[in-house]
Amino acid sequence: MTAAEAPAIGLTHGGSEDTGLGHRGPESKSIVVPYGFWLFVLSDIVLFSALFATYATLADATDGGPTSYELFDRTLVAIETMALLLSSFVCGLAMIAAKRGSMMWTQVWLVLTGLLGVVFIYIEMHEFAGMIAEGAGPQRSAFLSSFFTLVGCHGAHVTAGLMWLGTMMAQIWTKGFKEHIMRRLLCFSVFWHALDIIWVAIFTIVYLIGTLP
Amino acid sequence: MLGKLTWDAIPFDEPIPLLTSAVVILAILGIAAWVWRKGWWPYVWNEYITSTDHKHIGIMYIVLALLMLARGFADAIMMRAQQSLAIGASQGYLPPEHYNQIFSAHGTIMIFFVAMPFVIGFMNFVVPLQLGVRDVAFPTMNNVSFWLTASGALLVNLSLFIGEFARTGWLAFPPLSELEFSPGVGVDYYLVALQISGVGTVLTAVNFVTTILKTRAPGMSYMRMPIFCWTSLASNLLILAAFPVLTVSLALLMLDRYLGFHFFTNDGGGNSMLYMNLIWIWGHPEVYILVLPAFGIFSEVAATFSGKPLFGYRSMVFATLAICIISFMVWLHHFFTMGAGANINAIFGIASMIIGVPTGVKIYNWLFTMYGGRVRFTVPMYYLIGFMLTFVLGGLTGVLLAIPPVDFVVHNSLFLVAHFHHVIIGGVVFAIMAGYTYWFPKAFGFMLDERLGKAIFWCWFIGFHLAFMPLYVLGLWGGTRRMQHISDPTWAPWLNVALVGAVIIGLGIALTVVQLLYSIKTRDQRRDITGDPWDGRTLEWLTLSPPPHYNFAVLPDVHGEEAYWTRKQTAIKEDRLIDEPDYKPIEMPINSPTGVICAFFASVCGFAVIWHIWWLAILGLIGAFAIFVWYAWQDEHEHVIPVEEVRANARERRRIRMEHLHELSQST
Repeated sequence: MTAAEAPAIGLTHGGSEDTGLGHRGPESKSIVVPYGFWLFVLSDIVLFSALFATYATLADATDGGPTSYELFDRTLVAIETMALLLSSFVCGLAMIAAKRGSMMWTQVWLVLTGLLGVVFIYIEMHEFAGMIAEGAGPQRSAFLSSFFTLVGCHGAHVTAGLMWLGTMMAQIWTKGFKEHIMRRLLCFSVFWHALDIIWVAIFTIVYLIGTLP
Repeated sequence: MLGKLTWDAIPFDEPIPLLTSAVVILAILGIAAWVWRKGWWPYVWNEYITSTDHKHIGIMYIVLALLMLARGFADAIMMRAQQSLAIGASQGYLPPEHYNQIFSAHGTIMIFFVAMPFVIGFMNFVVPLQLGVRDVAFPTMNNVSFWLTASGALLVNLSLFIGEFARTGWLAFPPLSELEFSPGVGVDYYLVALQISGVGTVLTAVNFVTTILKTRAPGMSYMRMPIFCWTSLASNLLILAAFPVLTVSLALLMLDRYLGFHFFTNDGGGNSMLYMNLIWIWGHPEVYILVLPAFGIFSEVAATFSGKPLFGYRSMVFATLAICIISFMVWLHHFFTMGAGANINAIFGIASMIIGVPTGVKIYNWLFTMYGGRVRFTVPMYYLIGFMLTFVLGGLTGVLLAIPPVDFVVHNSLFLVAHFHHVIIGGVVFAIMAGYTYWFPKAFGFMLDERLGKAIFWCWFIGFHLAFMPLYVLGLWGGTRRMQHISDPTWAPWLNVALVGAVIIGLGIALTVVQLLYSIKTRDQRRDITGDPWDGRTLEWLTLSPPPHYNFAVLPDVHGEEAYWTRKQTAIKEDRLIDEPDYKPIEMPINSPTGVICAFFASVCGFAVIWHIWWLAILGLIGAFAIFVWYAWQDEHEHVIPVEEVRANARERRRIRMEHLHELSQST
């Protein structure tokens, strides 16, 4: 750019040349793609916040039916939580293995990530089935509607994550550690960790507060 | 096998929907056949339907919005006619169940499928050009977003022909919208259509926030972005934060209706006011999602046609962001009558008045932009002035409504109807029409007819005031909204004036079609050769009209707040362009049918859910998943434009621009 073009001429702003961010032009894909995915995850967290608000509003609307004290089993939830947190940890190991380019270890850790996710989903299904069997299904009261929806929505996310994980593993297997595959793997791990964060909130707000003496 | 779907779903005994559907279906088939006969299908398929070019996606959004405007307006004129006819002893021509569907469809279509696609269409077309880049951050996802929006629009319109639409108003408040009181498929059409298009809208927001924050031309810092980019950023941040809440509200209502949950039901501990809170936590930001980009359009128009930089650029940015935040703190003013108590109502009332302050700042900024400028009274400028006159008044009635005791009196009255049409037509629609006229030459390379444009403006301006001022009066007299029958004959003159106003607006819409056809016919006399027909100030006017696929041969280096204006003035003064840059081959995203196929499966799945055809719904989901996996398996997402082509085009553009600037430099 010629120096002559820089000064303002005629009716222009007199703004300073201090431009702050944005000197470099468009960012590379390795920045842009995870950034966009982060935004999506944020919008997902807003979605959950609306479900949390709904749960908080309706938690006492039991309509004479069972309450959280009668329903929740802390031990089961503790195991469930451990499974999910471990799954996240193992997912982190898979990322490290992928960065080192180790196909075997990446796949091993990813399989383990998935298995722990399946354990989590299995326990959740077991809990749901038990509650429905004792007449505490989502149709029973507004409290139970909001419980099943909040926790179930998280479960649906984990299930979607598992489908993604399966597709991801197949892609890594067939295509190797290409740049765009690595970007996707990064996005997957962001998603998987975000589900952990949401689970921690569910664990606290639903299960812990719901069983406080 | 087909769930609730039977032959009864098609309204053979109702002539209005049947005839309309027949005409629409014939028109679609006719156009498809015509395009096929002309041999344009490959062009339409490659350049539009599967295009990842933000400009063409923007144009598709605006075409969709224009079509839906016709539908939404047809609903409007039917309502006005009914209210003028059904006075006293007469029952008019629309039975209540039909009338209720019409006002519900009118609101739903106008907000979700007219205003939103228009605004998003402008963002698509303009933002990457103004940022000086070649496309949005995620071009294929952009195409997916459009087709999901179109899928929602399709389902809403399908309800005219198969089944019925919601009779619950445009936000489907429970408990009326619960299965117990609305057992038909109308509410399901509403819910499913909005869920599908809502996904598209959230993806758009992800796309545009990323684009604006992460992909700008070198040197374009935040405080150098054109104001339309700022307002688009604010609007997309609002979408990102507000639309998931809409998704939740609608999903919970669906769970109530489909699976017997008790979120908003009268029994089982349900709480219908929870729905009001949730939907308005989305609904109030939605107002600003629409109006902030409108303010952006007017800011560009004000600066360009006053020949001055925008007055108070920084205050405009801060006002935009202030509105962005405060808009999340006012939702309760939509239902002061809920009975949350005096203190809560007072807080929300005050917040609602505070949000008027940054809006007021903007009005002054536009006025001072015009002040001392060399104002050119073009069509967009007409809309700007008309907007300022109209919007300030509409804003004032809004401040009235923000006073809780006043609101208790006029809640859900025609006063409210007049108020929100005042700000939405006076704000958003005027901006849309201004933007349409302003950027049309950039999109198609020729100008719209100026005389007809002014006629259209007067139709909107006069028509709007005739149509809605009487409603303020009737509202203050106690007229409630959504009345299928008027029992007080003394209201007749006011309602008739309103009908005349609606007819005049209709004339304006008809003239828009005439203007388009006439301008196309006489396009050779109205070509924009230079790429800068309005003497613009932002980067979209740097390139040709219409811009090449890749927008800029080399990304422009940005110096100062008005990137293009500075560059242009330097060139005029020195009578030469900047030195020819070093051209490189350009990588551009390739076309992808992912969007249209995905939307096909989404439509199928949505239709199946509405009619409880579960096997088809599952099939639709599998199809949508399969197309994503297929897309994910593609390795090639870009193609390269050879440097020779880039160089040849760029040289041609430089020659044209040099001639143009040379003329300007001679004349100064």
